[in-house]
Order: sequence, then C-alpha cells, then structure tokens
Amino acid sequence: MSDEKIKKARRHVSQSEELIFERSGDGKRGMELPALDVPAVDAHAALGAEMVREGVEGFPQVSEIEVVRHFTRLSTWNYAIDLGMYPLGSCTMKYNPRVNEFVARLDGLASEHPYQPAELSQGCLRILRDLEKALLAITGMDAVTIEPAAGAQGELTGLLVIHAYLKDAQGSPRKKVLIPDSAHGTNPASVSLTGYQVENIRSDASGQIDFSELDRLVTEDVAALMLTNPNTLGVFEERIADVARLLHERGALLYMDGANMNALAGVTRPGDLGVDVMHLNLHKTFSTPHGGGGPGAGPVAVVKALEPFLPVPVIVDDGSGHLKLDDQRPKSIGRVKAFGGNFGVLVRALAYILAYGPGIRQATEDAVLNANYIRKNLEGFYDLPYASASMHEVVFSDARQKKNGVSTIDIAKRLIDYGFHPYTTAFPLIVPGAMMIEPTESESKEECDLFVDAMRAIAEEAAEDPNLVKTAPHSTRVGRLDEVKAARKPILRWKPEA
Amino acid sequence: MYPSQFRYTKEHEWVKREGDLATIGITDYAQHELGDIVYVELPAAGAKLETGQAFGTVESVKSVSEIFSPVSGEVAEINTALADHPEKINEDPHGAAWLVRVRASNAAAELDALMDGAAYEAYVAEQQKEASS
Amino acid sequence: MRYLPKGDAERRAMLEAIGAKSIEELFGSIPAEFRLAGPLPVPGPLAESEIIGYFRERAGENSLGYSSFLGAGVYRHIRSVVADALLQRGEFLTSYTPYQAEISQGTLQWIFEFQTLISQLTGQEVANASMYDGSTALAEAALMAERLTGRHRLLAARSLHPEYRQVLETYAQHAGLQIETFGYDASGRADLAAMRAALDEQTAAVILQSPNFFGVLEQVPDAAGIVHAAGALLVATVAEATSLGIARPPAEADIVAMEGQSFGLPPSFGGPFAGVLATQEKFVRQMPGRLAGQTTDTSGRRGFCLTLATREQHIRREKATSNICTNQALCALAMTIHLCLLGREGVREMAEQNLAKARYAREKLEAVPGVECVFGAPAFNEFVIRLPRSVRQVNATLLEDRIIGPLALGPYYPELAKCGLVCVTEVTRREEIDRLADSLARILNAQAAVTPGAVLRGAGERSG
Repeated sequence: MSDEKIKKARRHVSQSEELIFERSGDGKRGMELPALDVPAVDAHAALGAEMVREGVEGFPQVSEIEVVRHFTRLSTWNYAIDLGMYPLGSCTMKYNPRVNEFVARLDGLASEHPYQPAELSQGCLRILRDLEKALLAITGMDAVTIEPAAGAQGELTGLLVIHAYLKDAQGSPRKKVLIPDSAHGTNPASVSLTGYQVENIRSDASGQIDFSELDRLVTEDVAALMLTNPNTLGVFEERIADVARLLHERGALLYMDGANMNALAGVTRPGDLGVDVMHLNLHKTFSTPHGGGGPGAGPVAVVKALEPFLPVPVIVDDGSGHLKLDDQRPKSIGRVKAFGGNFGVLVRALAYILAYGPGIRQATEDAVLNANYIRKNLEGFYDLPYASASMHEVVFSDARQKKNGVSTIDIAKRLIDYGFHPYTTAFPLIVPGAMMIEPTESESKEECDLFVDAMRAIAEEAAEDPNLVKTAPHSTRVGRLDEVKAARKPILRWKPEA
Repeated sequence: MYPSQFRYTKEHEWVKREGDLATIGITDYAQHELGDIVYVELPAAGAKLETGQAFGTVESVKSVSEIFSPVSGEVAEINTALADHPEKINEDPHGAAWLVRVRASNAAAELDALMDGAAYEAYVAEQQKEASS
Repeated sequence: MRYLPKGDAERRAMLEAIGAKSIEELFGSIPAEFRLAGPLPVPGPLAESEIIGYFRERAGENSLGYSSFLGAGVYRHIRSVVADALLQRGEFLTSYTPYQAEISQGTLQWIFEFQTLISQLTGQEVANASMYDGSTALAEAALMAERLTGRHRLLAARSLHPEYRQVLETYAQHAGLQIETFGYDASGRADLAAMRAALDEQTAAVILQSPNFFGVLEQVPDAAGIVHAAGALLVATVAEATSLGIARPPAEADIVAMEGQSFGLPPSFGGPFAGVLATQEKFVRQMPGRLAGQTTDTSGRRGFCLTLATREQHIRREKATSNICTNQALCALAMTIHLCLLGREGVREMAEQNLAKARYAREKLEAVPGVECVFGAPAFNEFVIRLPRSVRQVNATLLEDRIIGPLALGPYYPELAKCGLVCVTEVTRREEIDRLADSLARILNAQAAVTPGAVLRGAGERSG
C-alpha cells in the first residue's frame, strides 16, 4: 500500500498501554480528600466486623498523572467526529457543539437534586418546558414526555402508551404490532417487552412499505404499525398519510421511529403525516454526544388523545407561570426511569435547538444534499439496490465486489486506512451486503469528496487487488480482532496472575 | 458428502435412526453458512420434543440459528463436548458434532417424510444457486 | 451558521453535480401538502454567548446557595476536575459505540477496565458496560431472573427505593411478572422471616436494596441463604455505590443492579446516571447490555472487542435479552476515571468519611428536643428522623434559613408520617450540620404559628 494513493490517513499512536490494574503500585493515590471536620468513626465498631470489607481487592493504586496519561493514551486510539466523518447510516453522527458541554456543566444546573422543592427548581423546569415546546413545534405533535433515557426506551414507552390507550378506548389492547422487514432491531425487541407479538411486513420493490400487504395484514388484532420514516433505506414513505388513514380506519395506531428525523426537521412534521406516537433520538438529530455509546435521550411525542397515558412525572404549570412535576396521573403508564429524564442530555439538545432556531431547516437540507451528492458520485462504482430517491442516507450493496470475494465488511475495514470510520455494514437486513451511508450536514463538500475518492479507490482495489481489501485495515494499531475467540471463551474482566 | 443413511430437513438438520434412537445434528451446508460457531444451546436430558419445534440454537459471532426437531420424543442424551468445543460443529458436523439423541417412538415414519442424501444434495445446490443469483 | 461547513457556492456546485436545480427537488418525495411553507416557531438562532446567557439565567433560578440534606438515590459527592478534563477529549466525547474494534480500542479498553472495577466493587464475577440507571438496571435484572428460573413471581423488600419499585412495575406489567412485598422490622432492616414465609416455588427472585432506602445495611448473606434454599435468585440493588468502599459487597447475590452516580457523576436534576448489572459467569448469556471482551488480533496482540452480541437486539431482535441499544458510556467512563483516581485507599477513605459525617449528624440531631432517630441497625450515610410536626411544614421554614431539609417519607410510607430521610456525605460541612440542628431546634421549639404562606408552599411538594 503506497502513501501517495491515500490522500488522507490517520496514524495511530502505537504506544503500548497496559490495563490500569497492570500499572498499579502499593499505596499510590490519584485523589486526596479534605481532612474530616468531624470525629472519625471506627467502621468495625459502627457497622459490626462482619459488615466491613478491608479494601476493594485488586482496585488500582495509581497517581493522578498516571491516570491522566493512561486515559489520554487510550483516547488516541479512538476515531471520533472531532477527527472526521462517520458515515454510519441512521446514526446521524453530527458535530457535538462545545457550548452544549459548557452549559450542561454550569453550577446551578449540574448541581441540582431531582427532589428539590419546585420553588428551587424553576430554572431546571423551565429548561425542560422550553425543550418540550421546541420538540412539539418540530414534530407537530400535541404532547411530549422527556422521561425516556434513550431511543429504545422511548420505543418501549410509546408502545406502553399505545397499549394503555387501546385498552382504555377499545376495551382491549389488541395483540400484534407490525414491523417492516427493514426495521432497526430495537423495534421488535421493544415490542416483545410490551407483550405484543411481532408480525413482519415486507417492503416493496421501491423499498417502501408494501401497501397491499398492509391492507391484508391490518386486522382488528393489529394495535399499531411501527414505521421509520424515512426508512432505513433512506427513502421517504410517500404513502404515509394513506398508511395512517388505513390504520386509523381499522382502529389501529401509527408509531413513527424518529431515528431519521435528520431528514425531516424544519421541512415536514410527523404530526401532519398522521403519526400518533413517535420517539426522537436526541443523540442523533439533536447533536448530543455519543460518548462511545451513550448517554442519549428518547423523548416520546403523542397526539392529544394519548396524552393522559404518558409516563410520570409530567411538567405542569400551576397557572401563574410556576412550574412543577405532577405524578398524580391516573391513566399514566407509570414511571419509566427514576428521578426523571436524562436532564444533562436534554440541556444539550435545547442548546442545539437554540443555536439554530428556525434555521434548523438548513441543517436538514445540507444533510440531504450531502447524501445525494455522495450517492451520485458512487452510483457507477457500487450496486444501488433501490432506485428510489434518497433523503439523508443512501444504501448501496457489495454485489459487484462480491464477485471477487470482497464483502461490505472488507470494504468498510479498508475505508479505515483512508482515514474514515466505516459506514453501517450488513444493515438493513433486506439488502444483502448492505452499505448504509449517512454523512450528516456536518461534512463539507471537501470531506464528501475525500470520502467519494476513498470509496472509488477501494472499488478499484476490490477489482485489481482484492486481497488488499480483504485483509484491511493495515494502518491501525491492531489488526482485525478475533471475535470468534472472544465469543467462545469470553474474558470479560482482568484478574491478577494466580 | 452427505451420508446416505441420514435423512435431512429443509432447515438443514440431519437425523440418523438406530432403532428408536434418533441422533440429530446440523449439516455441513448449515455450518458453512453460519461461519465459526461460538456457542450451542441445547435442551436438558429428559426434555420433550415435537416435530418441527425449535429445541435449541447454534450461534456464530453475528447470527443465531434455531434448530428444529425432525422427530418427536424425549431427549436421551446431549453432546456435552460442544459446550467447551463448539468449533467441532464446523470441523465434523456429521460425526463428532451430533447435538442430541432422542428416544423417538415414531421415528421410522417421521424420517420417511424427509429427504435422503441425494435429494438433500440437490436441495443444497438449489439453495446455493438462489443465494448467488 | 457556524455548525455548517458549507457556503452557498459549494451548495450550488453540489446541486449541479447531482443534476438538481434546487434543494427543493431533493425533497420531492415528500408530498407537497406536507412540506412546510414557513419557518418553524422555535426560539433562536442564538449566538454562543446568548446560549450561555440563557442557561446561566436558568441556573440562577434553582438552589444555588442552599445547604441540602437530600439523598434518596441521588448523592452529592466530591468529583475531581481531572475526570471532566479527560471526558471532554474529542476522542472520548465524540466517538461512537465501539462496533469497529480496530479504531475503538480506547473505548473498548476502558470498558474492560470498568467491567473489572465493577466486578471488584460488587464482589461479582462479571459486569456489563452499563444500563441507563439503577432503576432500569433493576427492572432488567428482574426480567433476567424470570428467564433464568422460568418462574414469574418477584418478592421485593418494602425498603426498596419507591421509584425503583415503580419502574420495576412498569417493566413487569407485560412480562407476566407478579410483584409482592415483604416488610421491614423495627431496626430498619428487611424482615427476613417475613421473606422466608412469602417465598414459594413460583418465586423467581427476591429484591433487596443495600443500603436500603432508609440508609440501613441489609444482611445479604443471611438473605441469600434463605432465598437459594427456595430455589430463587437474590437480586441486590445498590443505590449508594460509595457504601461499597467500606461495606461488605453483595457477593452472595446472583445479580447486582447498581447505580453508579455516586462515583463521579453530578446530580444533574436526575440524569444522566450510570446503571450497571453484575452477575455470576454462568448467567452471563442471559444478561443484557454490551460487553467488552479480551482477545487478540491477527498478529497476536492483545486487544478488545464487543462480544456475546447474540444476546442483543441488533442480532436477536424480538428474542433479545433486552431492547437496550444506547447505554451510558460517557457516564461509565466518568466513573472509571473517578474510581482510578480514588483507588483502593481513596474509595475506603471516602466511605469512612461518609460514616463519620452521618454519625456526627445523627448525634447532633438526636440531641435536638423533639427529634427521634427511627432505626437502629447499622447504616451508611442516611438515616430516618421522626419529628413532632409535619416534615413538609418544617422544611418550608428551613428554606428560610436556606436549608433544604430531609425528604418527607409520609407520601411513600404512610406508617412513616412525620418522618424524614436525612443524607450527609463527605461534602456536607460540619457547620452545615450544626446549622441544621440549630434551625431545627429553633423551629420545633418555636411558639409562633406557621404562616399560611409557608403551609401553601409546603403542600404538594415532595421534600418541603
């Protein structure tokens, strides 16, 4: 592999860094506590000898500088948005604004206890209320809960609300939820948690939900359809209003998975499309940081009829502008998380919305522009399974490269050598060898061009030198990890040498 | 490739009958499709099986496949070697990597309904052609 | 707009390359009647300084300047600024879930260290990479126990955090799980005799929190013996993780559902926190949540990758152990760094300081005429006091002294009317405790009637 072919590469620092336990030494500490200003207590006397532990076995003993170096070095082995694009489909890896971090840490916000009296929490409650109002404006729905801790928990919450509503309105919650074959795995998993049965519904040749199949499948046993829109192919469900109408006529509801809201914010509103319940992923569309896997937040917005069933607590105004938390809601599905929503994440999402204002539409337009630009430039090089228009993401497949034994995973790994994080491999399941690409609005034309150049170069390599691709990545600190060994004989923690 | 004394299901299980004892495993095609096997979940001895019912799973790193029983009866024995060495399924799917032995009273009749070695080979060839089209 | 790296010239060039005349064309698949004509009515756009101004104003409308004696599952502890400095490195803050192991070794290694630290702390064999929080971790632990035993009954101690109990009920409602309760005795500990009597062959698990909601340490080994004899599993919940620095860990429990907030996470009005599940190795395939495992790469170098993924939703879908996808990674990292800074000695010292402050506070408050400490069993950093008057009314008056008083327990436990839960930690200053005692003494012995305003302020509040 020659350097001149690769226009952009990231070299990983190859310094070896052991586990923190392996560099631990007796008696070292990284943090000191101020001296006690009250008399010390003998733990054995206070608790009884059998209740006391002498020390946490194996816990590290390191100095502050060792901790700083250890974690700093570890961080240099990670890719991150701050370094470059993550073209991961449906993840919406956009820039995480730093002002969001600053405001979430403010004294007076980070310091607040959820059980404080309401009169000493008006600032926090006002932030939540302002966020709720903004989310309702963006989604076009009637009521929202900011309790759920993530998208999947939002799905669970939404399904529980549907269950409670149908039981209340129709006397029975019904039995099944329809899920498209292109759906994200959390959808069927969430359905199972609510006691509903999953029934799969296939997509048609355009990649959208098969309307005649829907007509056939929506019986009085069907409580809802869970639809992602745009779907995981990046295609807008053009018949969504008809879908909503059909469901409503038969007493069922439309749930929208809002993971792909980045294609819609400011351009259209799910509430206008006939959606009854939806969740948002604040760590996607609303820029809160992924932090290596979380935290997130998954607010759920509903139409008026479903409002009484939302989880507790709900923020209410006592009429004089004084806000408080109300947990006396007789029809509520209950509490989904102790102490309220992920406030720190909600603060960040509001900061993001305030930065854009109505201009949030521009972000959506740029996201869709980037995806279409990449699609146009890669169309000749990779197989495009669906001709339908792409919104904010596009799905290719490895069909052409497979002829040389090169798969989507190989191409993804080779992309690493070009300085990019891989796109989403092998999802959605309806596209064998899928390559799901979502650039987001945070990428410049230049970055998109670099990505296109990299993908074109890899397509050529797949034809001329497939082995180079199949054994990628070549430039990282570690090569491909043996996942089979990790699964057969899991080693899930460090243990001291016997 | 596919032993003639076995019978085969459409879900790629094989079954060998000896009297009223039926030995069940997954075929070479199945292990190849799954890739490196990392884990096998089997029922306990004594568990009752029904024809066509899923009774366990075979896992690779990225997928899980259910195993369906071609016979009905009671599990007499499970292959405990697979707990520590699931890779045996990749190495010897038709021999050392049998999964369970079932006491199946109606085995003869149930097996008659299944494919023989030649039929299964043809079925596999068809599946492979479909997959690459 | 400062977050968008394109100028209009680039936008035009890209549209041209696509062959579209305008951006509207790219939205052509959205039916015209649903495309918004005007701008959304959302506030903004604000410059960075204006955003900061907005949030500073909100921060000034909360409880700055007040002393607080609230705990009840969310604890104020010392946090080092070192953790924040490291967390805000872009490679940690803005990185994704480590599915692509080769470029995520930083994340995977700290997760492996986190799993180790939690195992050590809880006395369990393995731990996962985090759940949303302690309450949902408990709910998942209950579902896990149901899967492992095939049984459908749960026995929960009454001294379990009431909101944890509510979350458990939300998750259990459609899983066919029945939840029953067993009480606590006069010492404040769970009544193990009552537990033994309530156990039957349909019980999947018993849920015990230690320290419990009243701050009292439970007898986990004794409970485990009784529970196991009935063929059930013991799920131990830990809401105040700092206690594990001094208290014997729940090693005899089968599953531990822990809230890690105490180690390095601010109260932040309720979240984000970091739940975690820890268990025995033999149960690991039924445990939800991500797991980092050690392995080697193509050259034999040690490395880490996510493993046992077949438990998870992206592979198992409707048969997954849970629907969880996003977890609390950055919060778990904060915990990891914090635990490494504290280390073996610091974790113990922090716990000892909590014991010392709680002992001091207890003695000071007990000395106030009218104040009674309710439970006598060994406790960590919280205890229950009984007052001669409504806790809410007293708290309303304490606010005038800029003190946020104990959590009123009456709304959760009718038998504990006029009782409040006091929490002190290593950050509570001696002079704050003295002031609380002095104010209480004054309030309880005052002849003046409580003013209507104070009563109204107190009504409907949970802690004042």
